[in-house]
Amino acid sequence: MAETLMELVDLKTYFDNEDGLLRAVDGVSFEIEKGETLGLVGESGCGKSVTALSTIRLIPQPRGYIAEGEINYHRNGEVIDISKLKRHGKKMRSLRGNDIAIIFQEPMTSLNPVYTIGEQITEGIFIHQDADKKSALNRAVEMLKKVGISAPESRIHSYPHELSGGQRQRAMIAIALACDPNFLIADEPTTALDVTIEAQILELMRDLQSEFGMSILFITHDLGVIGEMAERMVVMYTGKVVETGDTDEVFKEPLHPYTQGLMSSIPRIGSKERLIPIKGSVPNILTLDQDQCYFASRCPEVMDICYEKEPPVFGEERNTKCWLYDTKEEAV
Amino acid sequence: MEEDLILDVENLKKYFPIKEGILKRIQGYIKAVDDVSFSIKDGETLGLVGESGCGKTTTGRCIIRLFEPTGGSIKLRVNGEMVDLMELDDMKAIRRKLQYIFQDPFSSLDSRMSVRDIIAEGYKIHNIGTRKERTENVQELLERVGLRSYQMNRYPHEFSGGQRQRIGVARALALNPDLIICDEPVSALDVSVQAQVINLLRDLQEESGFAYLFIAHDLSVVEHISDRVMVMYLGKVVEMTSSDELYTNPQHPYTEALMQAIPSPEPGVTTGRVPLSGDVPDPSDPPAGCNFHPRCSYARDICSEEEPELMQISGKERHFHACHLAEELDLKGYTLRKEETV
Repeated sequence: MAETLMELVDLKTYFDNEDGLLRAVDGVSFEIEKGETLGLVGESGCGKSVTALSTIRLIPQPRGYIAEGEINYHRNGEVIDISKLKRHGKKMRSLRGNDIAIIFQEPMTSLNPVYTIGEQITEGIFIHQDADKKSALNRAVEMLKKVGISAPESRIHSYPHELSGGQRQRAMIAIALACDPNFLIADEPTTALDVTIEAQILELMRDLQSEFGMSILFITHDLGVIGEMAERMVVMYTGKVVETGDTDEVFKEPLHPYTQGLMSSIPRIGSKERLIPIKGSVPNILTLDQDQCYFASRCPEVMDICYEKEPPVFGEERNTKCWLYDTKEEAV
Repeated sequence: MEEDLILDVENLKKYFPIKEGILKRIQGYIKAVDDVSFSIKDGETLGLVGESGCGKTTTGRCIIRLFEPTGGSIKLRVNGEMVDLMELDDMKAIRRKLQYIFQDPFSSLDSRMSVRDIIAEGYKIHNIGTRKERTENVQELLERVGLRSYQMNRYPHEFSGGQRQRIGVARALALNPDLIICDEPVSALDVSVQAQVINLLRDLQEESGFAYLFIAHDLSVVEHISDRVMVMYLGKVVEMTSSDELYTNPQHPYTEALMQAIPSPEPGVTTGRVPLSGDVPDPSDPPAGCNFHPRCSYARDICSEEEPELMQISGKERHFHACHLAEELDLKGYTLRKEETV
């Protein structure tokens, strides 16, 4: 049995908006094991990024907050509940960037345009490690070499605008990995990139993972990318986890009607068969009645109970949040 | 010339000048589209793929002359005759036959116009029908694209992304065009909604028989919808053939690299993949010889010296490629990669 690195227990992250309480993340639970890649899929607005930002306490302020739940991070036998830490506290700061690092989607907006790449890589090293200027710079050069940027000695003096999109994402990865984190959050790291560059970055992330041994939480809306990168996957819809399981199994036999719909919506090369889309579009969760399955209005297999009661999670490792799998009910 | 061609583009060029200094002197050109030729038949879907900056959108915009092309000819069949759009002073009459669907459903609809006015604008410009007839047409169009006719008095902000793209489609259909240029029509949409719009585009084509020029970067979407596919790299066409042929039997190393880069929705299909190294070169200073040679793993001396021309493959009708080595190389397509690993 692999060791757990982080577990989310019934996490609820809400936004106190003018037009009501937005339950962006509404009772999310899953585990990430040491050294594994966990894929987190869902459409825009399903709460996958907010889940990730919650784990490093970077939820947009002042409206967002963690309402309930635990984020248990295991460090050297010690269990730290990140959700209870002070956002700007010493402990949180010692975790963020050091133990837990993040790569964002859009490398141009997440890099600081007025600092050189070298300055941005060494910033984290200075904060978290007792390093002098020379050794920090050496580390920066070494990191750039590892992420495949040519002529790293001169590139550390470059500004972000002097790099191409793929190189910027490589630099982002170098910044994230500079302090040798145990947990890397990759929030749509290849969405803004062209397909050939995307393949390069995915390859790089796989290589670095086998070298550094960190766990990766890989967030994306692209099922193809999940299939390539993740051993296990979590599917989210309207702030809730609807299905969890090994990637192979979920792809082979998706349980939740939403996952099934996603799978039949993607065009597959070599098959010109008509796509079977999910009807309708994602509902506005502000106006939904809470005590029901949020997918009910779009679900092809909807039953009466789906409108009456929110389904619990059925199953253990391989689980789904859908009344279709209520075995007790069938027995009656 | 073949009878059933709806669009025939020859040697299309679009150079954007680079201006520098106080006097804004022209310092050079970015050859966004460089000598591109292709044709589209009646009722056919031609996919146009390539990475960002390869000139696919510029090609689309040149055809409706939203960009003024630098050179070449664009012939469109109007009432049985091929008319060269480049020689026309007034595109107004032509735009009835040639419509455009834009990528971003949020910025391509005027937020101050009601859906009825957006769709009926074409009728107004071309003076078609009475007010009542126009309204009836709009209602019918809305139903055709899967919206409700009572929604016509609403404004774009009241609709979701997928619904807005449907409005964009209804607007393009309003004047019964013969050719619709779709510029990344689904890339801003979520997967589940994307499938709805793809199905809609296919159904409408079956009903009305117009042709599409389908510009996209998503290779699986393009394969799904296209009869033929054209691959562009740095302003030039590198390969053009039927979509089945392209995905099983590519002839250009760049096409092969694209096929290898597609993330597969079957888990575990990753082995034997060699990602393409390097980035797309600076278009203002393209490499000598073949544009692709600095990134090509098969490149030889001739590739950096001589520019390959778009040639037809011997024995294969309508399969074109621009590679010196195509005859010698044995390149792998997407389906082959899949079979190998099974």
